[in-house]
Amino acid sequence: MIRIGCGQGFWGDSSEAPVRLVEDGPLDYLALDYLAEVTMSILQKQKKENPAFGYARDFPALMERIQSRGVKVIANAGGVNPVACAEEVRRRCPQLKVAVVLGDDILDRLDEYPFLNMDTGEALSTVREQVLSANAYVGAFPIAEALRTGADVVVTGRCADAALVLAPMIFEFGWGETDWDLLAAGITAGHIVECGAQCTGGNCLADWETIPDLARIGYPIVEAEANGTFVITKHEGSGGRVSLGSVKEQLVYEVGDPRAYYTPDVIADFTSVTLVEDGGDRVRVTGAHGLPRPEMLKASISYHWGWKAAGTLVYGPPMAAEKARRGAAIVNERCEILGLRFDRAVTEVFGDEWAMLRMAVRAKERGPVERWTREMIPLVLNGPPGATGYGDGRPKAHQVVAYWPALLPREAVVTRVEVLG
Amino acid sequence: MKIPLGSIAHARSGDKGDLVNIGVIAYRAEDYELLLREVTAERVKEHFADRILGEVVGYELPNIHALNFVCREALMGGGTLSLHSDAQGKSFGGGLLGLMIDS
Repeated sequence: MIRIGCGQGFWGDSSEAPVRLVEDGPLDYLALDYLAEVTMSILQKQKKENPAFGYARDFPALMERIQSRGVKVIANAGGVNPVACAEEVRRRCPQLKVAVVLGDDILDRLDEYPFLNMDTGEALSTVREQVLSANAYVGAFPIAEALRTGADVVVTGRCADAALVLAPMIFEFGWGETDWDLLAAGITAGHIVECGAQCTGGNCLADWETIPDLARIGYPIVEAEANGTFVITKHEGSGGRVSLGSVKEQLVYEVGDPRAYYTPDVIADFTSVTLVEDGGDRVRVTGAHGLPRPEMLKASISYHWGWKAAGTLVYGPPMAAEKARRGAAIVNERCEILGLRFDRAVTEVFGDEWAMLRMAVRAKERGPVERWTREMIPLVLNGPPGATGYGDGRPKAHQVVAYWPALLPREAVVTRVEVLG
Repeated sequence: MKIPLGSIAHARSGDKGDLVNIGVIAYRAEDYELLLREVTAERVKEHFADRILGEVVGYELPNIHALNFVCREALMGGGTLSLHSDAQGKSFGGGLLGLMIDS
């Protein structure tokens, strides 16, 4: 049996969680998922400004903190610059062997395939000039290959999140590329833990009022067996709760057809598994079934769409909600007077005795959005009485990065492993 | 008798592009039949008529007594494009639990 913890569900998740996982109980592998889709475009921008950047820069510092614990670490912290990330880990932890998985970045290969939008069928050429980042989702086998080099740390760029957890199982148990049921088991385990504490009591609706000690919530651990059965648990003494409820909620999280959960390594059938409670804070999962891996890999392409801004004001009694709605109407009329045109605009009013007014707009052009940001806060002086809560001042216009979901043939993505030190 | 869905089930929702998916899970195995009968794709779409503009497709997970609803055109084009407070669709799960069903 091997123990694989997941200590990061996105870049910005608890910085303490990975440390608690390696220090507070037995653990063999630590998986860290840093990359949301939006993260790749942010990192690409950082790399453009400084070629040494483009990765999750808190990861090398974390490695420095946990390096002496002997836990192998697999992290997609490499972002769009995995080699720079690995070099920085090496610089801070010279005694560690660091391997890098390369080959996911396809930014300079966008003219090789049409990259038809999976939702709309349009060709990528319609937004080609605005593309910010482009990466293929790679699977677990290149990570397992990296582990076979004897690496203490494996740094990847874009890969299927669940592959970070499947990879050590492939490496330790010798699972093959067509062991569909075993691979599906590993992907199911990875899917359950890839959002960190979301399977140990965080963001959990089932009996949420009684979930204990969320301030010390334990991040998840997979106890994986060679035969594909596994237990989801957490360190003894940590907060939160692993229950049938918490695991079921995560099993359906961000899933389409549960009979066909597509990953680069296998199509997993989430309706095939049986979940049973196996003592306190332990859920055993058995029976995973998988179908042969897809012929195509998914690409994550981000592009500049336009601009948006959102602002809030708070109104106190009397008639708070009425005043908020009146305030919004004034802003909208001002926009008409100024001739500002938006692609979309949304007004929300929350609350009753006290009310929060939230307004947001978006447009392809920056101009009208920038102009709009100057129209809301003046309501404090020139609108309905008692507007407050403008502490952050004028809303800011933000760039909108959108996603272009597309497929490319598996053989178009050639991964390779590089070892440092 | 009418009861709120939240008295027999829990839920979690999330986003993928412009899709929101809502997983609804019966607390007790014996209530799964009730879920199947009462919580249909049509009712989910109707419950969020102002937020889900596209089609809703329901999937069954009898192994965990759950349904999964995939809702298209629910985020104004996607999480980064959405202008709503809930740009990632996190509130749909809890929101659906207010649905009144026949017990």
